[in-house]
Amino acid sequence: MNESEARSLLEIADDELFLGWRDSEWTGIAPLLEEDVAFSSIAQNEIGHARALYELVAREQGITADELAFDRAPEEYRCARLVELRLLDWEKTIARHYLYEQADAARLEQLKQSDDAEIAGLAAKIDREEAYHRIHAQMWFDRLKDEPRFTAALDELRPLLDAGRDEHSPELAELWDEMTMVRRSQPAGTAW
Amino acid sequence: MIYEIFRQERKGQPFHHAGSLEAANHDFAEQYAKEFYGRRGESEALWVVPREAIIEVDEFVDELNRNYHRVDGYSLKEKLRRARERVGSALVARDR
Repeated sequence: MNESEARSLLEIADDELFLGWRDSEWTGIAPLLEEDVAFSSIAQNEIGHARALYELVAREQGITADELAFDRAPEEYRCARLVELRLLDWEKTIARHYLYEQADAARLEQLKQSDDAEIAGLAAKIDREEAYHRIHAQMWFDRLKDEPRFTAALDELRPLLDAGRDEHSPELAELWDEMTMVRRSQPAGTAW
Repeated sequence: MIYEIFRQERKGQPFHHAGSLEAANHDFAEQYAKEFYGRRGESEALWVVPREAIIEVDEFVDELNRNYHRVDGYSLKEKLRRARERVGSALVARDR
């Protein structure tokens, strides 16, 4: 694994971790029970993908996946602006989900062509699960595509996909604080 | 729309009613059904049926009380008892 590969794996891992966390904020309050279960399951998958990707990169660096996921400073994360935001509107959440799944599909397609068999294998494995996320996102897109609130949300969020990964919104630091709180509260050397 | 979900646990087995769910259309119903009844490997196949497609029949008129049509309408117990009595008394008569 070369440096640019490690870097792009980390970008994807950070995206999946933050998006999974944000999506899980709908657990218990999604518009209907059925969607609650479906969307929570997607959130859980994303965090599972993040874990697998972190493990691959962490092994190269001689550290653990948890250290990579939780012990960096907020400004060191490489996620896209899109996934950091706390979205309190369902139409925006679904717009983000749709935009993200499209971009993620293209990225995974490339990763599946990697010369590194382990990377290609993991990308293929992740993509098999993402296929269900895409079906889910597409169903919602088909249902909401003529709703002005939804199309406005797509327009608002689309630029954040490619807004760079160096600058982050204050919402990333807030989420980081929440996400790492338990871990930071433990004395150094605590085994998990 | 409400959908009724039927679940087959193993190939060749009959489908049993698993529960119901609410979904906006068939596509959502299919995905939700997978999520609720299929993702733990507990089902071989599912039937996802709009509740309105189900024809429910719950009236079974029996005006003339033809209870011999029913499994519970033709009791053999009493007849058997009498037959046994007859046979018993016949045996007693023969032995005499």
